[in-house]
Amino acid sequence: MSEATLRVFRGEGPAGGHTVDYQVPVAPGMVVLDALHYIQGHLAPDLAVRWNCKAGKCGSCSAEVNGRPRLTCKTRMDDLPKDQPITVMPMKSFPRIKDLVTDVSWNYSVNKKIPAFQPKPGTDWKISQHDVDRVQEFRKCIECFLCQNVCHVLREHDAKKTFGGPRFFVRVAGLEMHPMDGLDRVALLKNDLGIGLCNITKCCTEVCPEEIHITDNAIIPLKERVVDRYYDPLTMLFRMFGGS
Amino acid sequence: MTTSYETREHDVLIIGAGGAGLRAAIEALAHGANVGVVCKSLLGKAHTVMAEGGIAAAMANVDAADGWKPHFKDTMFGGKYLNNWRMAQLHAQESPDRVRELEQWGALFDRTDKGEILQRAFGGHTYKRLCHVGDRTGLEMIRTLQDRGVHLGFDVYMECTVTRLLIDGGRIAGAFAYWRENGRFIVFKAKSIVIATGGIGKAWPITSNSWECTGDGMTLAYEAGAELMDMEFVQFHPTGMVWPPGVQGLLVTEAVRGEGGILRNKLGERFMEKYDPKRMELSTRDVVARSIYTEVKEGRGTEHGGAYLDISHKPAEYVKKKLPSMYHQFKELADVDITKGPMEVGPTCHYVMGGIRVEAETAQSTVPGLFAAGEAAAGLHGANRLGGNSLSDLLVFGRRAGEAAAKHAKEVSTPGLVIAQIEEAERELLAPFSNTGSESPYAVQRDLQKVMQSLVGIFRTDEDLKKAFAELEELKARAAKASVEGSRLFNPGWHLTRELNSMLTISEAVALSALARTESRGAHSRIDFPNYDPVWAKKHNVIVREGGKMTRHEIPVDEMPDELKQILAEDK
Repeated sequence: MSEATLRVFRGEGPAGGHTVDYQVPVAPGMVVLDALHYIQGHLAPDLAVRWNCKAGKCGSCSAEVNGRPRLTCKTRMDDLPKDQPITVMPMKSFPRIKDLVTDVSWNYSVNKKIPAFQPKPGTDWKISQHDVDRVQEFRKCIECFLCQNVCHVLREHDAKKTFGGPRFFVRVAGLEMHPMDGLDRVALLKNDLGIGLCNITKCCTEVCPEEIHITDNAIIPLKERVVDRYYDPLTMLFRMFGGS
Repeated sequence: MTTSYETREHDVLIIGAGGAGLRAAIEALAHGANVGVVCKSLLGKAHTVMAEGGIAAAMANVDAADGWKPHFKDTMFGGKYLNNWRMAQLHAQESPDRVRELEQWGALFDRTDKGEILQRAFGGHTYKRLCHVGDRTGLEMIRTLQDRGVHLGFDVYMECTVTRLLIDGGRIAGAFAYWRENGRFIVFKAKSIVIATGGIGKAWPITSNSWECTGDGMTLAYEAGAELMDMEFVQFHPTGMVWPPGVQGLLVTEAVRGEGGILRNKLGERFMEKYDPKRMELSTRDVVARSIYTEVKEGRGTEHGGAYLDISHKPAEYVKKKLPSMYHQFKELADVDITKGPMEVGPTCHYVMGGIRVEAETAQSTVPGLFAAGEAAAGLHGANRLGGNSLSDLLVFGRRAGEAAAKHAKEVSTPGLVIAQIEEAERELLAPFSNTGSESPYAVQRDLQKVMQSLVGIFRTDEDLKKAFAELEELKARAAKASVEGSRLFNPGWHLTRELNSMLTISEAVALSALARTESRGAHSRIDFPNYDPVWAKKHNVIVREGGKMTRHEIPVDEMPDELKQILAEDK
């Protein structure tokens, strides 16, 4: 059995901390989360790691492995270079709590702003699979927050007060494109979630473990709705004279 | 006492934020209660998220002949008639409404050509009955409930662990908990508590369960004086991954077989022909798990000690559409393309049919004000659960528990908190910091898992179970000495010391019940008693704490009314 070196961030609280190297035996098919569990079980029992299912379904074990935001449960050790330590860092865009665990509570507060599904009056609940398919893509999201972590509006500019982030554009897309939903969230997108701040660099799409086409299928169509509503010259004219 | 705690008050406190807990919370809110939800993880990460195949509900969208009676009959047959008949009846009658309700809250299920909710075949179900979303039904369900609940307005205490229920004069008064993030204490005052904490799969090493499934809620209830029932019935799902080692136990959804997957041994034989020629791959889980186990034990297993499960005869696009997460799981974690070749699978610890003994209509335990729903409760599934009956269980009995808990809270006066109980809970929780030895909680868990896998697994014997007791005694002594490194800030080693208490308690309850039941029934297989025993057909094992000691009783199986007996007697 071969060995690998894991260079893991350790530290308590939002500031400070350092990496520590751990030697871990490597078994076939092992993932980075297995290695972190080995460290917990044998070398550092207080190593803080969030995880639940270890099956890529819950989105808890997000971290930055060799600089790349990943689910550690789906990152195989044999896909990483063997001749250098594997660095595991917490997600950078969220305040650190301890080791690899960050404070992601901001995401839950954004979610609260989004009005839940509300069926149109008189809905008969007959839906074609075709209509379902389109929305199911958005509903695949496992809330790993990796898209939030890489979005430069949040990562570089920390615009958490004015911007919702890709995760919540995906959520709004799932509601707005739900064939039976009767609410309108376009004003929310513009005003509360600041969708205009996104300049479609697609960083979010690249890291999505569920392969949701966040930018193309969620953000761009939603941006179009905002533009049509607020910036379309004809509509603006109507609004000027119609007074609405 | 030197420590301090914050105090919160709710009419109804729900422990656990999986399907049952969230459904209970929604219902309690609807009945005007002030509701708090406590969960060990972040909201939306509970084990329900891993449920794949679907929700069993006799909606008859695909097979018009289906209805509550066939569903009831299948559930009772699958549970080898140890089920609480009233729960099985309510479950079969109410689950279609619970599914429709999810849809009205925004869930989007796969559709039939007519635009109705599509239903698929599953083991032990006579008709196509499972409402599903590809193979990620649990995620759809949890997200729907989560968003519904958040907007109705419950308070959520995330990453918060309850370690003790507080009792005032024999009834529920509240709960003592700590924040995982900072190790600080929090005391909840509550008139009603709903336990919805799931199962105990983490006491076995090869398991489909997430880290949270450590039997906490069952232990809390047991320690508060409630009864546990049918604890010997632990379900081993027939198809977990067996290779590579890192993913051993990871669930391979029954939907693979529901969609036409075929099981073969290394000789290429479709071995289910021997064990259940009528139902084949879609036999009940207890039968299929034992069949695979037997094939492997008799030398006909695959390279890595499993069976082959093949769906590659179906068109690749169909497989990717109906089983997307299986496709990705095998591709990414095992380098296997399931559209081209077979998977290797073997039994994995999946579910416990036993749990807190509750009253069917209200889900109330034997402790006033204490309710339980979902996997933490016993009764619905008897000796073996059918696939798909868990998600419907969560909805049907989550709702019932939430309603009853809210009503109970309206009826009773505000209980008082007994400070001595809080102080003892604090002492208990902090004790590992004073232990000076080198015993690691992780080492104790590993050894517990070895004991449960080798001595309290799929096949059991008197000798093994007695040995397991001796081992569990030793492990309890070791767990009491386990020490902790580091601070109270997000410290998994420390958290595990409490979870060890739960796992050891429930493991003992399982072993004690398994030793007593000298027959084989459903998921409980005794090599030394391989047949049904008509005497045991009429009895449940009940575990209760008496004088500080775990004690076992036997209670009779409830007699079912004639009209239900008639349903079971009917052909088809």
